[in-house]
Amino acid sequence: MSVREKTPAAGAPAADDEAETIVLRGRKVVGGRAEGEALVTRQTISGWGGVHALTGTIIESRHELKGQSFKDKVLVFRGAKGSSGWSVVFHTARLAGSAPKAMVFNEMTTKVALGAVVTRVPAVTALDRDPLEIIETGDWVRVDGDAGIVEVVKRRAAAKERP
Amino acid sequence: MLDGAEGKARQKAMELLVRYGEALGAERFVDTTNVAGVPGQPTPFLAEYYKNYPGGLDAIFSHFDLDSDELVEMPKVATRACHLQGGYDPDHWQILGASPEAARRGREGERYAADHGIEILKTCTPYLVGNVPKRGEHCAWMESSAVIYCNAVLGARTNTEGRESTSAAMLTGKIPYFGLHVPECRLGTHRIEVDIGIDSIMDWGMLGYFVGDVVQEHIPVLTGIERAPDLVRYKHFGAAAASSGGVEMYHIVGITPEAPTLDDAFGGRSPVEVLRYGREERRRTYEALNANASDTNVDYVMLGCPHAALEQIEEACRLLDGRRISENCRLWIFPSRAVRRRADEAGLTEVIRKAGGHVLTDTCSAIGQALPPGTKVAALDSAKQVHYLPAMMGIEAWFGSTADCIDAALTGRWRGELR
Repeated sequence: MSVREKTPAAGAPAADDEAETIVLRGRKVVGGRAEGEALVTRQTISGWGGVHALTGTIIESRHELKGQSFKDKVLVFRGAKGSSGWSVVFHTARLAGSAPKAMVFNEMTTKVALGAVVTRVPAVTALDRDPLEIIETGDWVRVDGDAGIVEVVKRRAAAKERP
Repeated sequence: MLDGAEGKARQKAMELLVRYGEALGAERFVDTTNVAGVPGQPTPFLAEYYKNYPGGLDAIFSHFDLDSDELVEMPKVATRACHLQGGYDPDHWQILGASPEAARRGREGERYAADHGIEILKTCTPYLVGNVPKRGEHCAWMESSAVIYCNAVLGARTNTEGRESTSAAMLTGKIPYFGLHVPECRLGTHRIEVDIGIDSIMDWGMLGYFVGDVVQEHIPVLTGIERAPDLVRYKHFGAAAASSGGVEMYHIVGITPEAPTLDDAFGGRSPVEVLRYGREERRRTYEALNANASDTNVDYVMLGCPHAALEQIEEACRLLDGRRISENCRLWIFPSRAVRRRADEAGLTEVIRKAGGHVLTDTCSAIGQALPPGTKVAALDSAKQVHYLPAMMGIEAWFGSTADCIDAALTGRWRGELR
């Protein structure tokens, strides 16, 4: 679900952190706007057989995110791999309410494109700087799919605003 | 089609393809003459989720397969289309642990697909049962192990499509012109120098698993392969490479159709990386594939990932050699329906049955999430199945040769090793 309200989303950093925001520019994959905490992996993600759709949890053996869920996170990842069931898993996660809030990824493939489309969350790729170098798990990330813009509030700045 | 002149369903299908094409950054569509997918398949989750929606299976087809908020009536398909694996063996669903309700839903889903003009193949290996695209043909296939076979071995052209894009392509005969449809996107990127003999099915599976892991979604070019693999070896190599990575296309210099020479494989460019596969890489791959197993008491042996060819069922029968499997172990072999029919006719199904095993169709343990009750440790001859099954089902799994697996079925013990 995209966040369009004027009020900041729960957990969002306050406006005076804007100075510490890093802006990345890329291209639209799926339109809409959303923001949330980043979940980052440098590894590709296997959809079918690698993700438990009903909880959004990564289950692939030896994956660095094994046991973690992307539910309500901004998923920042290298790209998709594995089974052609990738879109079905993310589509099912959407129906089950366990989809990520947005997707930011590097490597365009049919799996990840179709998956992002049917997940119906803002998605951006082809950024001017490598998001995997800049965004860390826990950073606050705003994604404007239509404009292809990703704003990153670094974790340290975001953390001090939290109660 | 987008204006609705060809009906609401084709309009919704085209709308989805436009969203998908834009996401890819594709500039146009290409006509496709061969689509393989799973439209209308009522998985337990979808059947439950859409049970109160009007429209029956049209609800699943509209809302899920076409990602349409509006209910449409599915028309006949517009191009050659086949249904891949899924559901349950119609004759043996009880063995697979399916409920009567799930088996009934499976039959209804199959009828729905057939009534709309879709060929019911019920297999991940359409190329083994008569769907063999011609070189250069634009296809839209699901099933990563079939996609890689279609591209690399047959020289036909498909990306790894999904359930929604293949459903839409069946109605429109269109798919985004992107990726492997484009000749220059089919050229190799990475060179793999194989300096060890690759002969057995197990060796081809390990090589594929290694290659997928190192190149991820790129296009490997293998050199140093002296003997052309047969269909079964291509099947195991490709399935493995598409599991550990996202490989959809590869070349074997002097062997696969688009790589008569190294220069053809790379289109005159230099590889971005040159990697080697030798004794040490082979050993590490074997260890990675067996990293999930420690208990040598095996209670389940599964063969047929991707679905077994007739000669693989013959091989299992030869290895069983008239003996019965251990009472502590189960043996399930998964082929397509067409191959099972040939196994029935050849008397092989009966040989497996007398040994205490089953020949089951339509699915596999990973796709059907179906294991014999109480399974803790499996033995498998497929790198792909080892990649998925332990993670999905919370069991241990050994990887080895078909002979290692049949030995485990006979003794209830894993005695496989890298030879």
